[in-house]
Formats: sequence, structure tokens, C-alpha cells
Amino acid sequence: MSETTLGGIASRMPKFIRRADPAVATAFACIVILLLLGSLYSRSFLSPEYLLQQLKVASFLGVIATGMMLVILLGQIDLSVPWSVATGAMMACAAAAYGPVGVALAIPFGILCGVAIGIVNGVGVAYLRIPSMIITLATNAVAQGLMVVYTGGFSPQDSATAAMRYLATGFTIPGVPNAVIIWALIGAAMVFVLTRTSFGRAVYGIGNRERAAYLSGIDTRRVVLIAFAVSGGLSAFGGVLLAGYASKAAQSMGDAYLLPSIAAVVLGGTSILGGRGSYLGTVAGVILITLLQSILSVMQMPEAGRQIIYGVVIVAMLLLYGRAPASR
Amino acid sequence: MKDWRYWLAEQRGTLLAFAIFIVMFAIYSGNHPAGFTANVVQTAANKGVLLAFVAMAQTLVVITAGIDLSVGMIFTLTNCMASWLVIGTGLETAFGLVAVLGTGLVCGAINGAIVIYGRLQPIVATIATGAVYFGLALLLRPVPGGSVNEDVADFLTGRFFGVVPASLMALFVVVLVVWVPFRRSELGRAAYAAGSSETAAYMSGVPIRRGKFLAYTLAGLLAAIGGLFLTFFTYTGEAAYASGNAYTLFSIAAVVLGGVSLFGGKGSAIGAIFGALAFRTIGDLLFVFDFDPLWQPLFQGIILLIAVSLGAFALFRVRNRLEWFL
Repeated sequence: MSETTLGGIASRMPKFIRRADPAVATAFACIVILLLLGSLYSRSFLSPEYLLQQLKVASFLGVIATGMMLVILLGQIDLSVPWSVATGAMMACAAAAYGPVGVALAIPFGILCGVAIGIVNGVGVAYLRIPSMIITLATNAVAQGLMVVYTGGFSPQDSATAAMRYLATGFTIPGVPNAVIIWALIGAAMVFVLTRTSFGRAVYGIGNRERAAYLSGIDTRRVVLIAFAVSGGLSAFGGVLLAGYASKAAQSMGDAYLLPSIAAVVLGGTSILGGRGSYLGTVAGVILITLLQSILSVMQMPEAGRQIIYGVVIVAMLLLYGRAPASR
Repeated sequence: MKDWRYWLAEQRGTLLAFAIFIVMFAIYSGNHPAGFTANVVQTAANKGVLLAFVAMAQTLVVITAGIDLSVGMIFTLTNCMASWLVIGTGLETAFGLVAVLGTGLVCGAINGAIVIYGRLQPIVATIATGAVYFGLALLLRPVPGGSVNEDVADFLTGRFFGVVPASLMALFVVVLVVWVPFRRSELGRAAYAAGSSETAAYMSGVPIRRGKFLAYTLAGLLAAIGGLFLTFFTYTGEAAYASGNAYTLFSIAAVVLGGVSLFGGKGSAIGAIFGALAFRTIGDLLFVFDFDPLWQPLFQGIILLIAVSLGAFALFRVRNRLEWFL
């Protein structure tokens, strides 16, 4: 296990493998293993239709995990995802009730509500210096309270607009679901922002050491605020897409996305302490989680078993490569 | 002369929580249609004690500068277990009690082992273990049901001498048996030291790992006691995701109200108990003033938001902007 032998092996490998992050490579290897296991179980597992369907389901998680990744890169966490998703979906559906203007503005309005939640989070974290996991839990509770009051305790019968359904389930390019295209666009934008803009550099800098980033002239508080607002907006957009997919919004629709979104980001090799990680890893993590969910449901695993396997897999993967350095 | 001042400074958070609770409870019982009677106190105590146990559990972990987002799920899991095991003859019931409390200890120890020896971040690790505990709870109780030994349940949720709520006495006993020895032990001090400054504690040779491990383990035990009491009140077990999450959330609110610093090393479980009782009373004020119960989640959320924002006042003491970044 000495460095020289590792280096010796590495130098003989092709360049693209040498440059790959071991965590990202592990995640992709796990995807291949899952696909092989799945194909043993059922023939149709490797068919293009099935894989495309999986990619479509993955894109909802992908949009939400994109925002989560931005926040985790800062060394923070966003636990308000469940009700940001639900708020985005429910508010977009609610806006559709107000005539043609409401229908036209439904999607932006839903996203805007998510951004508002994100801004409250961002102000709390960046300006009031409240630990992110606490303030985001609190805004999550407030968003839940607002939605409960708004709906009167029941899921309203508001259904998704045609535009929302088209975004989630339609086809602009034959054969490629719109949801996948949206995820690809958002992902491309995220890669551009993270690697080609000063904002992206600032995000990585703050994640490594906020004090140093501040001293080098970055307005760290503004960057943190924007990151949380983007995360809230993307969560809400994920909710809008989910509402389009299910053709209606429901109160607890976001609950199933908190753990998977954090898991996808962390399994993709992004350090939970911030400052390190690539978007490619998050893509791998999202696909990995979606495939795992899909295999478990194909095997007709009950909800209880799924929760247990999730938790165990996440802890196991983190123990493999997410550990903090030892005490001095 | 100086001694009481130090004591006052140390207990400021606890005393503040106590004062908030007294004021809130005075408003509550003053406006309650039945007035300040033994029945009203008993009902309020039974509701408050559940949260108080979970809040004590959270306090132990928060003192070490960690957080346990699985307390609510341990609470739910032990509730489901108790609805199977704490029943039958005296001996069977006793065995069930030990098994349930032992499960809590094991859950807490698993959290501690993963966080301390596995060196994972407490937030992610406990979210993940929380999912596992909830899955186990669902396995035990796919649908709500079960029953408990009603003699024991009625004894522990009733009143002593017709006045003192038994659940409050149980809380008092747990404080004496679990919290006080922990606070006074070497390992308890190590947990505080680790929360205050892990580096300094490590350099001074304090057994930080064992101290933190004990804190996580006892947190599991306290959450299990909470789960046990939930079974005594409801006579059933239910694997409710929303309720487990709510208890986790409210435990954090109670801890903050109780003057325990989320950055670790400061505060006491006594403060958290009063924080929990105060939080419950504030939540129930709505009922006394005849508000629609629909407003309760929003109201509790806003109290939580205000409670956590109070920490921001520390910013006024910052002299150098670099102190923003801990």
C-alpha cells in the first residue's frame, strides 16, 4: 500500500482513469454492478426503454440534488428540502386556479416560493450565523405549517397544469423525455458555474475555509445567500416537475427526497465538510440511488426494508470514503 | 459572595427556561376552562414529559458539539417494540422493559460508534441510522396496533396521592439516575470538554472518545424511555414517520430554549427539560385561546424559528469580523 507502488500502477493506466476521482469511479463501478445484478433478476433490466425510464425518474432527484450539492460544497446542509419540494409543487398547482394568467405563471411562481424559503435559510446562515442544519429545519417546519394552514389539513384537489405535465412527461426530441433534457440543461449550467465562473471558485473557497475566502476579498455572505436561494429554487422546481409527473401535488411528496438527495451528493464523492467534489460525481450518485430504489421495488421490497437498506448503504459508502481525518 | 455569582452565570440558560415555562404555564392554566386543577396539570405533564425525555437525549449529544437527528426514530422504534414486549405477567413485563431500554442503548451506541470511531459527520450519519431505525419500526408495526401492560401504564401515567403526576416523578427519577451521575462523572466532564474545544481536550489527555461515546449511548437510552412512555400513554405502537421527525425537530427547539449551546460545551439537561415543557405549553396555548388546530404546526414552526434566531444576538458581541467564521 505504499505510495510508490500505487503511483507505479497509476502511471500505466490511461490518462482519463488516472485523473478520475476514486469516489466517482467507485460510484460508477457500483452502478455497473447494480445493472448486472438487476439483469440477473430480470431480462428487461438492460432494455433501452427501461433505462430511459430510470433516467427520467432520476432527473427529478437530479434537479433537487443539484441544489443540495451547491450547499454541501459550501460546507453547509439544506434540510428544508422536503417542504421546499412540496411548497413548490403545491403553490404552482394553486396558482393555476387563478385563470389563464395563473396557469402561465404557475411554474415561475412555484419556483419563486422555493427561492423565498432559500433566502430565509441564506439570511439565517450567512448574516445571522445560525448553523445551517438548525435554521433549515426551522424553515422546513414553517413551510409545513404554512402549507397545512393553506390546504386546511387536506391535500387539495389542485391538479398540475398542462405545461407542468409536458415538462415532466412530454417528448420534445423523440425518444428523450423532457425531464432528462431539463436535468441535462441544469447540470450543464451547474458545471459551467462551478468551473468557469468566479462564483464557482468562491463556493469551493468558502467550503475549504470561509475565513480565508473572506480575507481574499470575497463577499462570502452574499455567495452563501445566493447558494441557499438557488438550492431552494431547485428543490421547488423538482417539486413542480414531480407534480407534473404525478399530475397533482401532495403534502408529503417531498419527504422521500431529503435522504436520497444528500446521499446522492455524498456518494458522488462530494465532501460533506465542503470544498471538494465534482458534478459528475453527483450525477453518478443520483443514478446509483435511483437504480437502487428501482431494484428494490422490482424485488417488491416493502418500505421498511428499503429504509433499512438505504441507511446501511449510505453509512457503508461513507465509511469507505467519507471519513474525517483522525484527531491530530 | 462570589460563589453564587458564578453559579448564576452558569445556570443562566436553565433559569431563563424555567422562567419562560412558569410564565407560559401561568397563562395556560389561567385561561384553561378547567382552571389550575390536578387533571389539567396531569395532562400537561404527560404530554410535556415525552418531549422532555427526547430533549434530554438531544442535550447529551449537543453538549459534545454533535447532533442526533435519529432521536425521534429511536423514540418511534422503542414505541413499536414496547407495544409487543411490555405485556403479560410481571416477569414478562420486566423483561420487556429491559429489552426496550437495551434496544435504545444499542441504537445510541451504534450512532456513537459510527460518529466517533467511524469519524463521520453526525448530521449525515444520524439521518442514515434514523432511516434504519424507522425501517425496523415499520417491520415491527406495519399498521398501528399492539398493547401494553395496562397496570404499569396506568400507574406511571396517573397521579401519586391524587396530586403529583406520576410521569413527572418518573422524569425526576431519571434525572437523578442518569443525568446527575453523568454530569458529575469524569466521562461527563470529558463530553463537555470535547464539545467546548475538542483540540484542547485532546491535548490535555481528556478521554474525549469515551466521553462522547457515553453521551451518544445514554442519548439512545433516554429516547427509549421516551418511547416507553409514549406506549404507556397511547397503549399502542405506531411507526409514524411524521411524528418521529416532529420529535427530533422539537427536541432541538427544546434544547435551544433550554439554553444549551448548539456549538457544544454549554448547558444542562435540566434546562432542556424546562425548554421542552415550555415549548409544549406554548404549542398548547392555541387550544386554550380557541384557535383552529390547523394553525398549530405553523405556530410551532415560528416559535422554533424565533428560538434558533435568538442565537444571532451573540453577533452583537463580536468585536472582530473574523469572529463570524468559527
